[in-house]
Amino acid sequence: MDSSAWVALALSLKVAGWATLIDLVLGVACGWLLARKRFPGRDLLDAVLTLPMVLPPTVLGYYLLVLIGRRGWFGGWLNETFGIQLIFTWQGAVIAAAIVAFPLVLKAARAAFEGVDPQLERAARVLGLSEWAVFLRVTLPMAWHGILAGVLLAFARALGEFGATLMVAGSIPGKTQTLSIAVYEAVQAGQDSVADTLVGLTSITCIAVLLAAGRLSQARTAAT
Amino acid sequence: MKKIALALMLAAAGLAAHAAEVTVSAAASLTNAFKEIAVGFEAQNPGVKVLTNFAASDALLAQISKGAPVDVFASADQETMDKAQAQNLLVTGTRRNFVNNSLVLITPVDGAAHPTTLADLAKPDVKRIALGKPEGVPAGRYAKGALEAAKLWPAVEAKAVYATNVRQALDYVARGEVEAGFVYATDAAVQKDKVKVALTVPTETPISYPIAVVNGGPNADAARKFIDYLATPAGQAVLAKYGFGKP
Repeated sequence: MDSSAWVALALSLKVAGWATLIDLVLGVACGWLLARKRFPGRDLLDAVLTLPMVLPPTVLGYYLLVLIGRRGWFGGWLNETFGIQLIFTWQGAVIAAAIVAFPLVLKAARAAFEGVDPQLERAARVLGLSEWAVFLRVTLPMAWHGILAGVLLAFARALGEFGATLMVAGSIPGKTQTLSIAVYEAVQAGQDSVADTLVGLTSITCIAVLLAAGRLSQARTAAT
Repeated sequence: MKKIALALMLAAAGLAAHAAEVTVSAAASLTNAFKEIAVGFEAQNPGVKVLTNFAASDALLAQISKGAPVDVFASADQETMDKAQAQNLLVTGTRRNFVNNSLVLITPVDGAAHPTTLADLAKPDVKRIALGKPEGVPAGRYAKGALEAAKLWPAVEAKAVYATNVRQALDYVARGEVEAGFVYATDAAVQKDKVKVALTVPTETPISYPIAVVNGGPNADAARKFIDYLATPAGQAVLAKYGFGKP
């Protein structure tokens, strides 16, 4: 098989992996905040954080271009201060994928935290645990199963990200050309045999991810 | 009864409207010119609606060869039209060259790098260069050909940011995300407040755009009329306005 297909696969996995990791940290933090805290603007925050799930990828891509582009207010600052450019880099692709997949972790984490009985947390506090220890030793372990389901979905979504990624990271073979973008390019150029290879590889990868997810949740069910 | 009659009338109107639609698939660089030409053509042919579809020529060919219901195909290079002809997708005798164009190297107006020759692209102040992906975009193929002739392709390839059509390469330069890019002279003119032409790139073959009626298109009659309209003074005026040359 063409080595460029493997390069695209490796890049897709790298981008989706980093994006999922970022989503895990931020999604758990925001999910806990929305589930456990009452503050003004909570509903608005929830709506804004869920937006990437319903907004067209092109709209997200445009927001990102304006925000992190070399002339964008954040991208311009990054460029001037640190000489960092995010557009056309795999890090840019990670940001796009992380934003698109974020609501999946957030929703799962929020629901999972809401499912944890507050009485148990209160009991832990009474027994002298700090807030941080309550979270790490009581809340998180009980919510973990639900969070993990969201994380797997987010990984799958990040792996398939296309629209926003194409706008932000472009299509540079070996650098930002992920599997889904490589498929698009091959079809556009009329290279059907290349597309066939890439589509086959993508399908196999997705099935492998789903099987792994199924195995993981079975193992968890068996353990509990 | 009234309802049925109304439904039939609506259906008939729908069919009539459908019969008078002509779908034009044109190279991305023709976007502005063909949108304006479509308006003029519709004014001259009442009841005919022009549906335009702009993308890289190779992408349009891929759609047509997969059976997209297209009436007119205008490509930015001969190679793509040759492929269409080889696949028997064109109505024999309808192909003709209708405009010329030239390839230019552009930079953002406020860009940090100021290349004045192709060789300057190898310098370190030019970090990224936008061009159409040579496998799927004629403008990218022209650029690659010119750079190969100048023995500069390896240097540029290392900095290349590939666009899916020439207008995307234009956008990358206009936003200042790249230091330089290859587009057609007509594209550069569309964004002349944001990009400036550094030099006109000599291409190995002259850039001429062929157009033809697509075999099996739903409206071959209007397709021929559309191609004829391009040669009328009204059509020529619009093409000239956007900077296209006569073939």
